[in-house]
Amino acid sequence: MVKTGAQIVISTLLEQGVDTIFGYPGGTVLHIYDELYKHSDRIRHITTCHEQGAVHAADGYARVTGKTGVVIATSGPGATNLVTGIANAYLDSTPLIAITGNVATSMLGRDSFQEVDISGITMPITKHNYLVKDISRLAETIRDAFALASSGRPGPVLIDITKDVQAGSAEYLPAEADTPQLLEPHVSERKLDEAARLIRDAERPYIYCGGGVVISNASQSLIEFADKIDAPIGLSIMGLSAVPYSNPHFLGMVGMHGRYGATKALYESDLLIAIGTRFSDRAVGNRLEFSRDRKVLQIDIDPAEIGKNIGVTLGLVGDVGEVLDALNKKLEPQRRAAWGERIAYIKAHPDHNLEMDPAKLTPQAVIRGVCQRMGDNVVATDVGQHQMWTTQYYQFKKPRTFITSGGLGAMGFGMGAAIGACVGSGRKRTVLFTSDGSFHMNMNEMATAVSCGLPLIVIVLNNNALGMVRQWQTLFFGARYSNTTLDRKTDYVKLAEAFGAKGLRAASDEEYERCLEEAFQADTPVLIECAIDSDERVLPMIPPGGSIEDIILR
Amino acid sequence: MQNHQFIVSLLVSNHAGVLTRVSSLFARRSFNIDSLTVGVTEDPSLSRMAIVSWGDDYLREQIVKQLQKLVDVKKVQLMQSDKIVIRELMIVKIRIKKGELPEVMQAISAYRSNVVDLSPDSIAIEVTGEPAKLNAFLAYVAPYEIIEMCRTGPTAMGRSTYCLENDTY
Repeated sequence: MVKTGAQIVISTLLEQGVDTIFGYPGGTVLHIYDELYKHSDRIRHITTCHEQGAVHAADGYARVTGKTGVVIATSGPGATNLVTGIANAYLDSTPLIAITGNVATSMLGRDSFQEVDISGITMPITKHNYLVKDISRLAETIRDAFALASSGRPGPVLIDITKDVQAGSAEYLPAEADTPQLLEPHVSERKLDEAARLIRDAERPYIYCGGGVVISNASQSLIEFADKIDAPIGLSIMGLSAVPYSNPHFLGMVGMHGRYGATKALYESDLLIAIGTRFSDRAVGNRLEFSRDRKVLQIDIDPAEIGKNIGVTLGLVGDVGEVLDALNKKLEPQRRAAWGERIAYIKAHPDHNLEMDPAKLTPQAVIRGVCQRMGDNVVATDVGQHQMWTTQYYQFKKPRTFITSGGLGAMGFGMGAAIGACVGSGRKRTVLFTSDGSFHMNMNEMATAVSCGLPLIVIVLNNNALGMVRQWQTLFFGARYSNTTLDRKTDYVKLAEAFGAKGLRAASDEEYERCLEEAFQADTPVLIECAIDSDERVLPMIPPGGSIEDIILR
Repeated sequence: MQNHQFIVSLLVSNHAGVLTRVSSLFARRSFNIDSLTVGVTEDPSLSRMAIVSWGDDYLREQIVKQLQKLVDVKKVQLMQSDKIVIRELMIVKIRIKKGELPEVMQAISAYRSNVVDLSPDSIAIEVTGEPAKLNAFLAYVAPYEIIEMCRTGPTAMGRSTYCLENDTY
């Protein structure tokens, strides 16, 4: 049947099972928005305050649901406002489709009004991108884009569609909802045997996992694997929530602000089994020390990650869940009593779980307070100290319940991501931990949360400073606090109220308890400002490029 | 690890922007490019590239793996130097004074190269061969004044059954 380009966009989105889109209308996407208007019964569109909020929301939505997030923006500034969010999705491997309008084909390349070369701009931060100038390629392009975004190692794909393509007409042939899967690599028996031999021969194996385990929905396989080979688990920030906090093998996050025991045990291991992780410098520190004196077995779906940052003894390329299941079949249960005892000793070391001063309202108390009330609902963060405290003190129970900007470290991620996560979780209570610095970047999205009536609790840890940068200035720049003391006069309670949300403030444990009591009864957005000390630091800390030898504990 | 020069051959989609995708990958990952040649193949939907790069074993492996991730790149092959023919084309224009022509012509003949342009005071010579031959020719004509020169960069193809399409046929 003959359809317009805009109708083809909507029809192919429906084919792909899309029921939620985040976006912001504008001149070159008017045709698409006109079709969205006609299909509002099948596709819910959430209009944010800024395209950056929309793309972070699509990202948060994708991480919670495991589906591909979709964001729409107009040409020019609409498209460039997506850039941070696309880069964020690229670094954290989130499946995301960004659809942008562009000026008509005849106007391209003339510096027309609101024209930018967004496919050129996003080339290094997408898995692939398309500029559609020929309507006969439109449906096929969108289908390919979805297949690409979600297959293998997921990531963002941008589709730039010129205005004349949206307005034009072409024959449209419906396609099956299930997209053609791109060929996934499978590990050979020989390599699996080699891996099994490495594991059997190891005296002190250590499992280090990243976001790949969450993406692959491989938590159960991972836990079975750890039980079977009797090895401790450390996680990267992207891996957090893959293993429940209560799991006896779980040691915490590894790296710059990881738990002491998690990093210490890693450095004592003789076999590092890295699963779905790319060895970020923030997790690894000194690359040579990290892999010295131990063998490394790396499992990842992206062949280019094998040996990219850390030299490996053996690499297995494949879906981590599939590979773990195959290894679980191959391996017999193993017991490592001496290693187990050593791990228990490390875990009992007082530096493993640092307690903050109970006399004042501490980040630890703020995060634990939420954790005790939350069940397995979704927690999002922005970027900075509050993010690291969340990784340290929040006790995650279920995969896909921790939404954070890991690789890009994008301040301002939180508000949009929390909105998308809340929508994706079926409007269940969602908590965002943010800070005065991060919150001010994209606080406009409070308006979105209010218009959508989301049960979102925004907890602003206010230390009147850019805390993480301040911490580095304290440690490495002679306490010269260049431009990091904020002392803003923002009245968060009034601000929340002005947005139509509830605003609360806590400066002590008692006040905080009362705020939480109230916030957890509300079914609309609530902001709680928590006053904390400017000099509260994130510890332990391994300085950049350092090893366990350099760890700062207090 | 030691640095080596190597040639990577690619089959890529023949449409706009592919060259940018490949070269931007090299730029953003700090991979080296000595030269890059590209041209359409017998199948008009595909182009073939030959990239001369250098680096240690780690870089060489990363270059191949990262190229394989590009959607428009259909095939990547690190060319084994003992199994390939390599050719590069150079045009060099030198100034000649009265009486110098016979000597230059002798060199042209020795290098099995061709005169592509001749004027009363200059001669343009086309030299084809392995890069080392082109370098040798340049060294020979160095005493003359080189007015301008251009080189295509090497392109390469496997000998006999060693093919890019499917490794071996």
